[in-house]
Amino acid sequence: MSIDEKLFTVKSVPDKVSHLKPEAGLCCICDSKACTYVCPANVYEWDKENEKLIVNYENCLECGACRIACERQSLGWEYPKGTKGVKFKLG
Amino acid sequence: MRTENRTEVIVVGGGPAGIACAVTIARAGREVILIERGSFSGSKNVFGGAIYAKPTREIFPDFEKTAPLERKNVIHKYALLGDEDATEISYRNNEDDNDAVSYSVFRSKFDRWMADEAEKEGVILITETVVEDLILDDGRVVGVKTELEEYYANIVVLADGVNSLLAKKVGLRNNISPYDVAISVKEVIKLDKDKINDRFHLRDDEGCVYQLFGGSMLGMLGLGFIYTNKDSVSIGLGVTLNELVENKIKPYELLDKLKQHPSIAPLIKDGELLEYSAHLIPEGGYKCMPDLFADGVMIAGDAAMMVNNMHWEGTNLAMMSGKFAGETALHALLEKDYTAETLSHYQERLEQSFVLKDLKTYKDLMDVMHSRSASFLGYFPQKINEFFKMFTTVDSIPKKEKYRGFIKSIFNDRNPLELFKDGGNLFKLLWGILK
Repeated sequence: MSIDEKLFTVKSVPDKVSHLKPEAGLCCICDSKACTYVCPANVYEWDKENEKLIVNYENCLECGACRIACERQSLGWEYPKGTKGVKFKLG
Repeated sequence: MRTENRTEVIVVGGGPAGIACAVTIARAGREVILIERGSFSGSKNVFGGAIYAKPTREIFPDFEKTAPLERKNVIHKYALLGDEDATEISYRNNEDDNDAVSYSVFRSKFDRWMADEAEKEGVILITETVVEDLILDDGRVVGVKTELEEYYANIVVLADGVNSLLAKKVGLRNNISPYDVAISVKEVIKLDKDKINDRFHLRDDEGCVYQLFGGSMLGMLGLGFIYTNKDSVSIGLGVTLNELVENKIKPYELLDKLKQHPSIAPLIKDGELLEYSAHLIPEGGYKCMPDLFADGVMIAGDAAMMVNNMHWEGTNLAMMSGKFAGETALHALLEKDYTAETLSHYQERLEQSFVLKDLKTYKDLMDVMHSRSASFLGYFPQKINEFFKMFTTVDSIPKKEKYRGFIKSIFNDRNPLELFKDGGNLFKLLWGILK
C-alpha cells in the first residue's frame, strides 16, 4: 500500500494557506533535505528542476518531525488554525 | 487589572496532562479554562497504546465503568526480531490484579471522554482554538493570546504536547534536537475479534501488548509495537529522528518492512487499514526536560518531556504531572501568590513522586542507547536468534563443538574493545538504575 493510499484513511480539513513555511533560499543550500524523508506523510518533495521545495501541506499530520529535523532550524512551522488540519478518528 | 476574559487558571492543551490539571482545579471550586486546538480533545492525539488503570483512577476513580476502553491487557510479549527469524518471551498475568492493569484505548475516543467528564465537573473547555503566544507582564506570564482573543489568568499551565511551541517562546526550553524525539507511525488494522483472540491467544476482552526489537529497525534506536483493540490491532514503530536523518529512511517504509516480517505478517493477515497516523514521542528523558515552572506558569506532560521510554509510559506521567500542577495552582490561589517561588512546589511534588524518580533512574538510558544502538538493538538481538537457531538445529555435529563455535563467533564478529564497551555501557546503565 502506498503512502498516498494510507493517507486516504486520515480525515483532515485543509486550510487555504500552508502552515508550513520553508525558507526557499536556505532550502537551496540545504545538504540533507531531511524533511523529504523524515516526514511520515511525505509532505515534502524536492523539485530538482526548479530548485524548490514542494510542500503538500494538506497531508500534514502535524507531528513536528520536519521542524526538528530541519538542518538549519529554518522551517516556519505552526499549528493549522483551530478549525483546520488533521482530525484523527481513532488516534 | 483587566476583568474581561479573565479567569483563575488557563490550561493550554486538552490531553491527559491538561485535563488532569483542569479537573483538579475545577473540583476545588476554582475557575479554570482548558483550551484545546483540535475540534475535540484527542482529535490531534496519537499513541501506541495503552492507558494505565492505577494513575487514571487517581484522576477519574470510576473510569472503568463508562470510559471507552478497548481491551484489558493481560499478555505482554517481547520479540527480538532477526532479519527473518525471531525469539520471543511472553508473560501472562492470570491474577485478577486490578492495579496492574492497562487498557488499550483510542485517544480520539478516550481523551474526548475525559474532557467530557472534566466539563461535567466544571471545567470550561474551549475547542478549535490555537494559543499562539503567551502574554507577559514584567517577565511574568499573565495570559494567552489565541487567534481571536486574549485571555488573562493568574496562572497558565502549558500542557501543549511534545512540540510545546509556547515553552520555547517563553524561554523554558531550548530547541529540541533530533536525538531527543522519536517519530512514531502507526496503522490501525481491522480484524475480527475471533481472529484477534486466536492469533494473540486471548479470551473475550483480554488484550496483548507486543514489544518488538530489531526487525526492520535492526541496529537503529527504535522499537515496534502491537496493541490489540476490540476489533482491530494497532501496529507501529518509533525511531529516533536522528536515525532517520542519518540513514535517509522514511518511517512508513520501515513500518511496511516490519509488517512483512515472517513473525508479524500472520498476525495482521487479511486485515484492512482503518487509519494511518503519526506523532512525535519525547524520548530525551530527564536530561532534556525544560524548566518546569516560572512566574505565573507551569509545564506538564509531553511538553515537559515526561516519557519513560524504558517502560513505555507517558500518559500516566502526563496525568500525574497535570494533577500536581493543578494542586500547586490551588495552593497558589489560596496564597494569592503566583511567583516562581510558590509554583516551585510543583517541582517538589514531582520529585517526591515516581514521575521524577523514574525519569532520574533512566537518565543515562538514551545516552547509552544512542552510543550502542548498533550493538544492543542490532548485533545482540541477531546473535540471540543465532543462538536459538544453533540450539534447535539437529545436525549430527557434537554439541560441545557447536557451543564452542558459537562462543568463538562472538569474538570473531566483534573486536574485544567493542565487547568491552558493550559490557561497560550495560554496567553503567544497570548501576544508574539500581544505585
